[in-house]
Amino acid sequence: MNESHHHQIDALAHGLRRGTLSRREFLLRTSALLAASAAATIPGAARAEDTPKKGGLFRLGLHNASQNDNLDPGTWSTSWTGAGFNGGIFNNLVEILPDGSVAGDLAESWEPSEAAKVWRFILKSGITFHDGRGLVAEDVRQSIEHHMKPDSTSGGRAIVEQIASIATEGDDVVIFTLKEGNADFPYLLSDYHLSILPAAEGGGIDVSGNGTGAFKLESFEPGIATKLVRNPNYHKPLPYFDEVEFISIPDATARLNALLTGEVDFIQDIDIRNVSMIEGSSDFHVQRVPGLRHFSFDMDTRVAPFDNPDVRLALKYALDRDDIIEKVFLGEGRKGNDNPVSQIQKFSHEMPQREYSIEKAKEHLAKAGLETITVDLHVAENAFAGAIEAAVLYAEHAAPAGITINVVREAADGYWENVWLKKPFAAVDWFGRATVDWLFSTIYTSDAPWNAGWSNARFDELHALARAETDDAKRTAYYAEMQQIVHDEGNILTVAFVDWRNAISNNIGYGEVGGLMPLDNMRICERWWRKD
Amino acid sequence: MTRKPRPILSMVASRVGLGVLSLVIVSLVIFSAVAMLPGSYASAILGQNATPEAVAAMEEQLGLNEPWFLRYLGWLGAAAMGDMGMSFAGRPVMDVIGPRLLNTVVLASITAVIAVPVSIALGIVCARFRGRFIDKFLSTSTLASISVPEFFVAYIVMMVLAVKLQLFPSMAGIRASMDWGDQLYRMVLPILTLLLVILAHMVRNTRAAILSVMASPYIEMARLKGEPEARVVMRQALPNAIGPIASVVALNLAYLISGVVVIEVVFVYPGVGQAMIDAVRNRDVPVIQACALIFAAAYIGFNLIADVISIISNPRLLHPR
Repeated sequence: MNESHHHQIDALAHGLRRGTLSRREFLLRTSALLAASAAATIPGAARAEDTPKKGGLFRLGLHNASQNDNLDPGTWSTSWTGAGFNGGIFNNLVEILPDGSVAGDLAESWEPSEAAKVWRFILKSGITFHDGRGLVAEDVRQSIEHHMKPDSTSGGRAIVEQIASIATEGDDVVIFTLKEGNADFPYLLSDYHLSILPAAEGGGIDVSGNGTGAFKLESFEPGIATKLVRNPNYHKPLPYFDEVEFISIPDATARLNALLTGEVDFIQDIDIRNVSMIEGSSDFHVQRVPGLRHFSFDMDTRVAPFDNPDVRLALKYALDRDDIIEKVFLGEGRKGNDNPVSQIQKFSHEMPQREYSIEKAKEHLAKAGLETITVDLHVAENAFAGAIEAAVLYAEHAAPAGITINVVREAADGYWENVWLKKPFAAVDWFGRATVDWLFSTIYTSDAPWNAGWSNARFDELHALARAETDDAKRTAYYAEMQQIVHDEGNILTVAFVDWRNAISNNIGYGEVGGLMPLDNMRICERWWRKD
Repeated sequence: MTRKPRPILSMVASRVGLGVLSLVIVSLVIFSAVAMLPGSYASAILGQNATPEAVAAMEEQLGLNEPWFLRYLGWLGAAAMGDMGMSFAGRPVMDVIGPRLLNTVVLASITAVIAVPVSIALGIVCARFRGRFIDKFLSTSTLASISVPEFFVAYIVMMVLAVKLQLFPSMAGIRASMDWGDQLYRMVLPILTLLLVILAHMVRNTRAAILSVMASPYIEMARLKGEPEARVVMRQALPNAIGPIASVVALNLAYLISGVVVIEVVFVYPGVGQAMIDAVRNRDVPVIQACALIFAAAYIGFNLIADVISIISNPRLLHPR
């Protein structure tokens, strides 16, 4: 495939991501291009001709290491700990495959009963920890109960609060009894906090770094580096790398330099201004993995004028998402549709795209009995990358509809403590949640901890129904209706969904890449390989 | 007339006392400033998992729900006994900072061992050949290097030596597992950058100090008696310029301990400056306090040494009128 084909397909892929091109159109136009070139590959997508091979060292330069990092899963909150520890040296009962489906990891199989309230997990046999000890059900019980202690400070606490009790049967069966039915329970067990560690003598878990994972921990210097070496007794025919090294590089420019000078093979979250520089090089490429993270303007519906659904709709129609994506995000982003559920998620519901329309904005203002409104929109540079610029553009978009938006610049430090959920209209950077149920119960149901005042009885009712339902067809219908409610009446204006944007050496190979969590759903160490 | 038995010792003792007082004031200022910052360790660490229950549980365990001055007094009491306490993540503060402080001290020492003799020698050369080509060249180039921000010097050095010529690694991320030679090789670029930054300052001040002494009448007397110019500079002028030179050297050494955070970030060098940034981001107060104390102690300590050297070289300073 020649250079110009590459560029054309890149441009088309760009259009697809931004939503300016439909999937059908994308396929038609790319297949025409591909037919024109014999040895065709789509950049950034999985390359079928690469067969994984074993060996080599993989070095990742990440920005979010901390000197406070440690091996207790309850303290993890970053991709450094998630991919380095959870994905490198530990396993969960289940894992999320790149296509978003859930598969057994340490668990062979599982079975719900009593309307998804009781879950019986059977462990795979013959799994050993790095020290040679065999995995037993008690290890699983202690690992999950670690987060359930009444004084737990674990980041996984919100998940395990659903569990009433855990029992074991012999050495290979674990039975979870939930407080109420939850059909997504296996998904939740893939959360990186819920890694399975060996039980310690006398209760609790042993947090010395002894796991079941694809790699053994060779060395760990908090905030500096983590070194992993292959576990020859791993229960899967993985990993490919002999060694993996995580290197802390907090500064974005230093990270880019490290990649360009060959000190690392992979860097995360590259600045949009550096994309063209990397794409212009023959040694590196930019990888964009659609994810759950979205940038939004959120309204507190207890406060006037946001308590009026028509005012909310007027504000939604007055936002020109294309303009913001093009000018602020330089085309790096997928257009939001006032729905917090990402297209890559199971149960995502496709609705007609809400487009910028002054007429409709005016129409809804009129319905609310208003001609003009004035609102304050609170932003800060860290509310999301480009939040201030996006808000300023939004004010321009909305002005012709009679909507005056005063952009209030807040201090970056303390934004999440003093502005978010405190001011009635503010910019927010949402990381998303792996399941729709989890997302809604964290942010959108009436009793959700981060609910910004929005409450809808039908939505709450559907949420409870869908949670206890194990029939996927019915759940799809419930979740579709819930997403429609949020789209029409909700308190969120989604500006864009952003991709996981990584820069990678061309010597590194990978298959389909998962985006529910960063770094191939945190399992980059065991799924990727070296080509040279 | 009563004469103090050992004037230098008593001067040192009183200065150490004042230094300790300064440290206490610094620690109070830092502690209260961090307490006034929005956000807490719990919300910083839990991020998007910071449900109200988890935050409350963590603040309770860390004692963050007490008023800040009570926490300060508790910290001060322990620190006075030499116990820097535990970081909020549950590791002893000295375990967190220790290896990084060692890295900083190694970087600073190597830089200082090269920089101090070289800069004093260059300063003397400038003073001896004042107005000649070598003086003009060094004055111009040092002025240029002072005027440019240090991160810019770092990027220039990196671009030329790491990216274009590929002589040295762009990252100085040394680790305990590397052997000495490897560590030293990785430290070349940060050392070179620091040299460029502090050499300029010290050369200019050495030159200025010597030249101001050279304007004294006794130097003219020495010249009139026929002493060679080199001997005038080395034997007559230099000993009287030691005080000001020691001051500027002390200032630069303290900078090497506490001020090189920008260089650390650019070259990914795991020094104590990055430890402090990390701690401030997480509101990890015990680590912030320990770093602040180290930095303040470096300034106070080096200045004290410089003053002692000045006094030894010029005993008149002991008896201010």
